[in-house]
Amino acid sequence: MIGVIGSDVHAVGNKLMELAFKEAGFNVVNVGVMASQEEFVEAAVESDAKVIVVSSLYGHGELDCQGLREKCDEAGLSDLLLYVGGNIVVGRQNWEEVRQRFRAMGFDRVYPPGSSPEDAIRDILADASARWPDLDLPDGRPGPSGRQMA
Amino acid sequence: MRAALCIDFGSTYTKVVVVDMETGSLVAASTAPTTVDEGISVGLEEAWAGVVPDLPAGLRSVGMTGIPVRLACSSAAGGLRMVACGLVPSLTVEAARRAALGAGARVVRSYGYELTEDEVGEIDDIAPDLVLLCGGTDGGNKTVLLHNASMLARGRVKAPVVVAGNKVVRQEAAAILRASGRPVYVSDNVMPSIDTLNVEPARQAIREAFMERIVKAKGLDRAERLVGGVVMPTPAAVLAAARLLAEGEGVAGSESGGDARQGGSDEGLGDLAVIDVGGATTDVHSMSWGRPTTVGAVVKGLPEPYAKRTVEGDLGVRVSAPSLLAAVGGRGLGELLGDASRRDIEVEAEILEFTRNTARLPLTRRERDLDVAMACAAVGIAMTRHVGTLEETYGPMGKVYVQRGKDLGSVGWLIGTGGPIVRAVDPARLLRHACDAAAATWDVLAGGSSAQGSREGVARLRPKSPVLAVDSLYVLSAAGLLSLVDPACALKLARASLSRVG
Repeated sequence: MIGVIGSDVHAVGNKLMELAFKEAGFNVVNVGVMASQEEFVEAAVESDAKVIVVSSLYGHGELDCQGLREKCDEAGLSDLLLYVGGNIVVGRQNWEEVRQRFRAMGFDRVYPPGSSPEDAIRDILADASARWPDLDLPDGRPGPSGRQMA
Repeated sequence: MRAALCIDFGSTYTKVVVVDMETGSLVAASTAPTTVDEGISVGLEEAWAGVVPDLPAGLRSVGMTGIPVRLACSSAAGGLRMVACGLVPSLTVEAARRAALGAGARVVRSYGYELTEDEVGEIDDIAPDLVLLCGGTDGGNKTVLLHNASMLARGRVKAPVVVAGNKVVRQEAAAILRASGRPVYVSDNVMPSIDTLNVEPARQAIREAFMERIVKAKGLDRAERLVGGVVMPTPAAVLAAARLLAEGEGVAGSESGGDARQGGSDEGLGDLAVIDVGGATTDVHSMSWGRPTTVGAVVKGLPEPYAKRTVEGDLGVRVSAPSLLAAVGGRGLGELLGDASRRDIEVEAEILEFTRNTARLPLTRRERDLDVAMACAAVGIAMTRHVGTLEETYGPMGKVYVQRGKDLGSVGWLIGTGGPIVRAVDPARLLRHACDAAAATWDVLAGGSSAQGSREGVARLRPKSPVLAVDSLYVLSAAGLLSLVDPACALKLARASLSRVG
């Protein structure tokens, strides 16, 4: 499951992400831009998603992401992987501190600006095969060009 | 003459229409009160007797059974009462509700997540005609469909079930229900993936169940010898006629489709809405994808079907007059009547007195005015609840418009039907209450099911400047029935009935 959280309307990046994950062989559900936490969770419940990849580009992601892990737990999705990436904080901060804050919120992986979808794809395959050894996974070959994420 | 007999067993009136199938023209029509307790054939025979004098000599003596094509629809005996079950309320529960409404049903209650024993008890008390069981996208959540099938199987009331959820566990769920002695119909998922609504297959299954089982259960089959078959709930017939008018005969008669051309063809009128005001309910049917007319609007929420029906069970001019009053208020109706001098409470009392007899037709000028005022309110509020909303919000990047539901702003035609509109002296005035020009009046009074209500910055996406027309021959349900056997004839009938009023 992918989407852009909060009041963020960055749509082009969202479409590129969808394309990259689809080309890697995943079954992608895209909740689009301006997605609330509830939209992510509800869609994950209906589609039995295993991974939620949250994008945020407008700098306010930290506020938007607080409480997402708890909502997943409430919805019976405590098993699922939560990733987040993009321009997830305002201004220049120490990346390791930022990463720790998001990890403390319940995210399994946190990606800095400049990460590419291929990083996430590789990590999803590793984490998923560890957590669900019987799950049928794609081979995750990267898409046609190595795109950089903002 | 090759004739067709179309019958509408309404909740209050039974209508009989005879059509010349070569020309698609109306030969004769008559109405009599619906008789559920004495057997539905009594009212039918009376209505038929009213039609006979207008028939050409050759047909007069053959009797109803002598007419080769006989079709009936019904909303009698409470109509088609359904319960809808899904997983997430804003997703598969809503999709299930839309499928049921589009099949012409009344959704008495809907349930989300795993059914509890208490809820199964409630369903037993409701004793629905049919249960629609959904949940999980295809390949998604598996547990809810199976859990709910098991729970329903333990219920006392063995209503038929339509299973339209996750394809991976659908057959297993169906087997659980069949084992409990319930008839089961299986159809494609109403929400195969998160952003896709697919209600037509479920609507077909509901119609099948209606014809095979529910008609019999309501005693409507006793008229079958005369009628040939009650083939759908009445609202489904009106919906079919609306689709036929919008799309022309090419796609008509098939319940699937939705590959509609926005501008209409030589035969189709293009995007349109039909509003049907009755004694008990007001239905709105819109044929349109409802795409944004506001540049850059972000569309959120579950997509709505091209053929969308909403039914307002509290807005009617007789049986539901008390709840209509509650929705609009005595003051609102007083204003519509142009009656600044009367007190609210007097207007309310007058209306309650007048509407006590549900079959009463207006006789005096004042009574006609009361009917018009109530119909204006029904039209204004029903359309407000049907259309989508446009909300202005402010994000860090500036103003953003978010649309939920359908934008009916550029709909080309608005067609009124139902006794109160067809009989009105100035139907254009009535129909204008459904358009954007009346926004100031109805945005505040909308209430009802919408959580958005009348907040600042939320606009309702009503039709802006459609052609206003009336189903002057009152034959839309007949045309919808006819579209099953002869779409070209049905379209001629429907078009001939349309009388432009504004």
